[in-house]
Amino acid sequence: MKLDDVPQDAETSSYAGHSKLLYAIDQEGQYQGAQSAGWDAENYATQQALAELELLEKNALQGWRSGQLSPLPCLMYRYRMDELALAQVTGLWRWRVRRHFKPQIFARLSPALLSRYADAFGLPTEQLIAYQQGSVHEL
Amino acid sequence: MSFNHQQSAHCETGVMSSLLTHAGLPISEPMAFGLSSALAFAYLPLIKLSGMPLIAYRMPPKHIIKTLSKRLGVRLHTATFSNPQQGQDALERALDQGRLVGLQSSVFWLPYFPPEMRFHFNAHNLVAYGREGDEYLLSDPVFAEPVRCSAEALQKARFAKGALAAKGLLYWLDDVPLEQDWPALVRKSIVSTTRILDGMPLPWIGIRGIEHLARKINKLDLNAKKYNRLYLTHIVRMQEEIGTGGAGFRFMYASFLQEAGVLLGDEQLQAAAQELTQIGDQWRQFASLCVKQSRGKDEGLGMQPIAQALLVIAQQERALFKQLALWAKQRK
Repeated sequence: MKLDDVPQDAETSSYAGHSKLLYAIDQEGQYQGAQSAGWDAENYATQQALAELELLEKNALQGWRSGQLSPLPCLMYRYRMDELALAQVTGLWRWRVRRHFKPQIFARLSPALLSRYADAFGLPTEQLIAYQQGSVHEL
Repeated sequence: MSFNHQQSAHCETGVMSSLLTHAGLPISEPMAFGLSSALAFAYLPLIKLSGMPLIAYRMPPKHIIKTLSKRLGVRLHTATFSNPQQGQDALERALDQGRLVGLQSSVFWLPYFPPEMRFHFNAHNLVAYGREGDEYLLSDPVFAEPVRCSAEALQKARFAKGALAAKGLLYWLDDVPLEQDWPALVRKSIVSTTRILDGMPLPWIGIRGIEHLARKINKLDLNAKKYNRLYLTHIVRMQEEIGTGGAGFRFMYASFLQEAGVLLGDEQLQAAAQELTQIGDQWRQFASLCVKQSRGKDEGLGMQPIAQALLVIAQQERALFKQLALWAKQRK
């Protein structure tokens, strides 16, 4: 890649105003580091992944509101995890995590288990207890 | 402490370049990358990221820190902690002793990362060079400027759990030898890289892995549009988004070959650098093809041209690394 070809697609950038270092060659073919403000192709790819997570989060939120899911799946996607990642972060088996997605199981979870989830999301345990007791209706 | 922050493409090479340069052995990021034989390719279907296979363009985390320290004869001091408080105390002590400290942490919990760039990657490396009040002074290699981070947030990032958990890993370099046998180091590191890329008996590793990925792309069901879009853009993210310096580390390695060629006065290495630059350009074009297809612009063409582009890349990389293997043999 030549220095002139280092993409500067700032408008669509996923770097939020930051720049990224790439390696490119000058006129004489000598390599140097060059800042890129963003690349359309890469930005599109990032947007796809983020949009997919947002869609999953939205569906999970509807599932929670309609009483089909516990709030855990929605929070999981909001904090950019999937089942596997959440299981690894909480140190629980994946089948247990999946079980906790059922509202009736979630309603009976101990504060100790809730605090593991709270840690994973970086939230206070009280917040998850409030969801469990049904005293908070917004995630 | 007087410390010069320098922006890098990749975190691990950036940290090693900073630590070594600070210790009096100036090493550029591409040299740190090349001398640790970090270039690779791997298609690992069993390790899933959001349901997608892991596609790596370099060796696994910590490879660069360990291999480079070993090859340069540097004493690498590392420590992990089961108790987070001890981890924080150890960092404080090291900074008080005037050390430059490498840290492993999770990208997701570092507040200075913009939300768009945050994801759960636990093997992000950065350098701590001081503390002011409740804030740590950090040199995060992928940022243009030094950054600051509250003690609480850094603690959360260092002790995030999950895959590749850092367990508060901190490290520093002792006894950095300033005299090095550069020709031997360059030769040895290139030999390792040719073996990783073109000498593994496994179909997912090295150039065979690239061919494997090409076959996977060719087999995608054209009706599964959404899956295909997520799959192809996933490849692009692995190749470009995660701090590779462009083209899945190919440009960085080409820069290493060029620098090594100048250092050794070796024309063959410089020619190899040119060749790899050209291959890197093809990786970028491959990424563009993946995105075009995902955007639905090239739909009529199907997956075949994308897979074909990848096969051409594989063929050229094989030829180049065979040539480099031969170069190393002659230099023995």
